[in-house]
Amino acid sequence: MVATRTFSREELRQIIFNQLRGLAPEADLNYLRPHDDMREALEIDSFDFLNFLIGLAKETGVEIPEKDYGKVSTLEGLINYLLARL
Amino acid sequence: MAEFRMPSLGADMQSGKLLEWLVKPGDVVKRGQVIAVVGTEKGDIEVEVFEEGVVRALLAAPGTEMPVGAPIAIIESAAEAEKVAAAPVSRPADVTGEATKTVAEKVTAVPAPRPANGQRIRVSPLARKLAAELGVDLSQVRGTGPQGAIDKADVERAAAALKAQQEAPPPVPTQPVEAPAPPPPAKPVDKSSAEFQASMRRAIALAMARSNREIPHYYLETRINMAKALAWLEAENLKRPIQNRLLPAVLLIKAVAKALTQVPQLNGYWIDDALQVAEAIHIGFAIALRQGGLVTPAIHHADLKSADELMETLRDLIMRTRAGRLRSSELTDATITLTSLGDMGVEKVFGVIYPPQVALVGFGRVTEEVWVENGLIGVRPVVYATLAGDHRASDGRTGAEFLDVLNRLLQEPETLFSA
Repeated sequence: MVATRTFSREELRQIIFNQLRGLAPEADLNYLRPHDDMREALEIDSFDFLNFLIGLAKETGVEIPEKDYGKVSTLEGLINYLLARL
Repeated sequence: MAEFRMPSLGADMQSGKLLEWLVKPGDVVKRGQVIAVVGTEKGDIEVEVFEEGVVRALLAAPGTEMPVGAPIAIIESAAEAEKVAAAPVSRPADVTGEATKTVAEKVTAVPAPRPANGQRIRVSPLARKLAAELGVDLSQVRGTGPQGAIDKADVERAAAALKAQQEAPPPVPTQPVEAPAPPPPAKPVDKSSAEFQASMRRAIALAMARSNREIPHYYLETRINMAKALAWLEAENLKRPIQNRLLPAVLLIKAVAKALTQVPQLNGYWIDDALQVAEAIHIGFAIALRQGGLVTPAIHHADLKSADELMETLRDLIMRTRAGRLRSSELTDATITLTSLGDMGVEKVFGVIYPPQVALVGFGRVTEEVWVENGLIGVRPVVYATLAGDHRASDGRTGAEFLDVLNRLLQEPETLFSA
């Protein structure tokens, strides 16, 4: 795991997008709006969502517990969640 | 000397294209070793051998389309290989002759016990009895039980394959291939994505049309309170690093497998107008492909696997299904199918049974619902479990019993993974 360091909002957005591109290569992420439910918009199943979180944990060091899944369903929510913990 | 035939990788498969040989004549092969890659509607499948031996000849050149049941290689069993090694002559020319002879003999072959000097095969008593009844040669059966033991399901599959072979068109005469052709392309993609899509659609159409034509389905559903199961899972996952986290599907797979140990009539095949209950529980788990279509590879012995083993198997299967690289046993071994459409947002799924299986279990999405218990109204996470049963093989009463057991198992998640 990478030691936690500070990330800017834009850096986090890039990290998230890189992970999403791996899962949904055909999706155009420019159309993903900040308050869209990412899993619904990109048709990400529970298996891919877990892989997404594993990828994020490797990049940022933050492991998001299951009880917080509701807080990180949108791009905006996820970035805010990560910023608060970094 | 045994010919190795193009395997039937599902009720819907007519032929397969040999893409790549991973062995050459003279190679020693072990039981379960992947020896070839075959292109099918479900992706490129790694084909495994059933017994130890020495590859004597490859009968199909890469790129050739071969009907199911056609011999594609000659593999000499380990015991035979010793004899041949002792004999002074070894001639490539003979291989052709012997190959043809073996093919001809095979059709009328009587089941014979494996030679005493060969490696002993483990067979369950039930499997041995069944093999005798069905005329299955045990030395040709690949065991999937503990330590490679042959169980009832293995014999049933072999019998089904034998039947398919007899019904299949006679094998096309083939030129023996002395050595593998020059290295085939590393990833032989000769079908465009659209073509692959179309052929997968056709394969699904074939199997599902057969199911709808032949299987009188009955459907049952029940509402299951998932509060305890999900609480257990959350607590379990808190103890684990994120990469070892379990998905809810692991609980559902295990609960279905355990329920089948109590209601085994739903686990097996409908063959020759009779239900053949399978001894082993191999759950075909429906995995949707992003580009469309689905594959249901088997999770072997799901009832005996721990939570971590199930998660690991699931992860591995999903990755390989998507990469189009499953093994032959995974496509042929399922004794029942489980589909979980929870991620698509639907509440219930009424499935179409994959023949010759006799049941399909479906789970919808977990939703919060009003739940009345002991006269009190509350809100609980709830999932609808459905069962599609083959009415030839079982009745609604059996199906209802299964769903009841399934429900009870999910109310005691802490004991689900204890032996």
